[in-house]
Amino acid sequence: MIEAKNVSKWFDGQRVLYDISANFETGKTNLIIGQSGSGKTVFMKCLIGLLTPEEGTISYDGRLFREMDAKQRKQLRMEIGMLFQGSALFDNETVLGNVMFPLKMFSPMSKKEQLERARFCISRVGLENADDKFPSEISGGMQKRVAIARAIALNPRYLFCDEPNSGLDPKTSILIDELLSDITHEYGITTVINTHDMNSVLGIGENIIFINKGHCDWTGNDRSIFRSTSKSLNDFVFASKLFQEVKHFLEREYENKQDEK
Amino acid sequence: MIISSIKSFGRYCMFMTQVFRLPDKWSVFARSMVNEISKLGVDSIPLVIIISIFIGAVITIQMTINIVSPLIPSYSTGLATREILLLEFSSSIMSLILAGKVGSNIASEIGTMRVTEQIDALDIMGINSANFIVLPKIIGFVLFVPVLCILSMFMGLVGGWCIAEFTTMISIENYTFGIQSFFNEWFVWYGIIKTYFFAFIITSVAAYYGYFVKGGALEVGKASTNAVVSSSILILLADVVLTKLLLQ
Repeated sequence: MIEAKNVSKWFDGQRVLYDISANFETGKTNLIIGQSGSGKTVFMKCLIGLLTPEEGTISYDGRLFREMDAKQRKQLRMEIGMLFQGSALFDNETVLGNVMFPLKMFSPMSKKEQLERARFCISRVGLENADDKFPSEISGGMQKRVAIARAIALNPRYLFCDEPNSGLDPKTSILIDELLSDITHEYGITTVINTHDMNSVLGIGENIIFINKGHCDWTGNDRSIFRSTSKSLNDFVFASKLFQEVKHFLEREYENKQDEK
Repeated sequence: MIISSIKSFGRYCMFMTQVFRLPDKWSVFARSMVNEISKLGVDSIPLVIIISIFIGAVITIQMTINIVSPLIPSYSTGLATREILLLEFSSSIMSLILAGKVGSNIASEIGTMRVTEQIDALDIMGINSANFIVLPKIIGFVLFVPVLCILSMFMGLVGGWCIAEFTTMISIENYTFGIQSFFNEWFVWYGIIKTYFFAFIITSVAAYYGYFVKGGALEVGKASTNAVVSSSILILLADVVLTKLLLQ
């Protein structure tokens, strides 16, 4: 489990995160949601140590990040897989090369074992025939899948995904969400996903925290989100007409059930 | 301006302390260095050959035209051409040219890696990204640059020889006698030593600008330009200092 306690962050004297506390549970897909500019990416960067919060603590299964020395941090980083918004694949490496990269750098495996592991990860994300292709030769959705394969190559304990669905069509987005959810449950990973895609929120949001203007305004899951009374959350989640209608429909269903009882 | 320069220099020094660490994996480093030698060094050979031949030819023509005196021996043209090539052109001027080619290549490559989050990906994996990306470039180019310097010296002399061979401005005998006269071997070493320093400046300054890019494609372009300008100025400054130290 990853625990963030009272995390605050300033940039050039301007406060962007206000005492955010949240727990990200093991074996669940934990979502950080919020509008663009709300501070969710900054919060995620604080979680993974790319930014240092001025106040607050972050701990990984009881290990305080701030108190770790360089060696411990390096060890922790090897337990982290990350899926970036733009995939961040290495342009000069093929799909196989990208997935093999962390294995080459850190794993004690033989070359043959590395190849087997990389091929397994590639097949796990459904890209069996793309081994020799370069990132520029495959679609955005395939790039995301390669990035997922690379992220899980070292069997991470923690998986971070920064807007995994950005720039993808709805069908591919759902495929990526399902893949992330399956991998999380299959390997018991603590997955933290930063998103503002409502399909993800309602589809795989087992634990959701909502950040609004740098504050944590709400925590819950994909079920309780419909019963939330938080105005800022409702304005964000049910901004579109479709989701408003879905909400009203579910509310009516809930009231009918209550009446029947 | 002074304060920002001092800040930049401080950040550059901190960056270099990150770069000059032991690589995480030597086999990966060695492979990466060979790639960089090929990309930054071997790929620069055609440019060095073309420029050196033409500049060697031009220097010979200008020397022939300008050294017209019964008091100056006719072989002086070859001698002056050789000294210019050995002392300044093949080291300093060639490095300025390479700052444009190699420097912009490095700054734009690393800058693109930064804006596409590839550097963040390395950091997240627990890899020292500065060391992993930059060290093979610096070591690779510094190791290969004497080859470019010597090649430039040789091809410059070939350019001058072409003028002697294909025109009537100077005889081949006078030219070849000139380039062999009063030869001081130290001048070759002086040129090579200078290029080591210049190669370090080109690669490290370009890497610094690329590594700290913030923003998008526009900023990568700016970083590339700044890298070339800054490394060119630093090469000229270092040239003065090294000449004073090595030739006095």
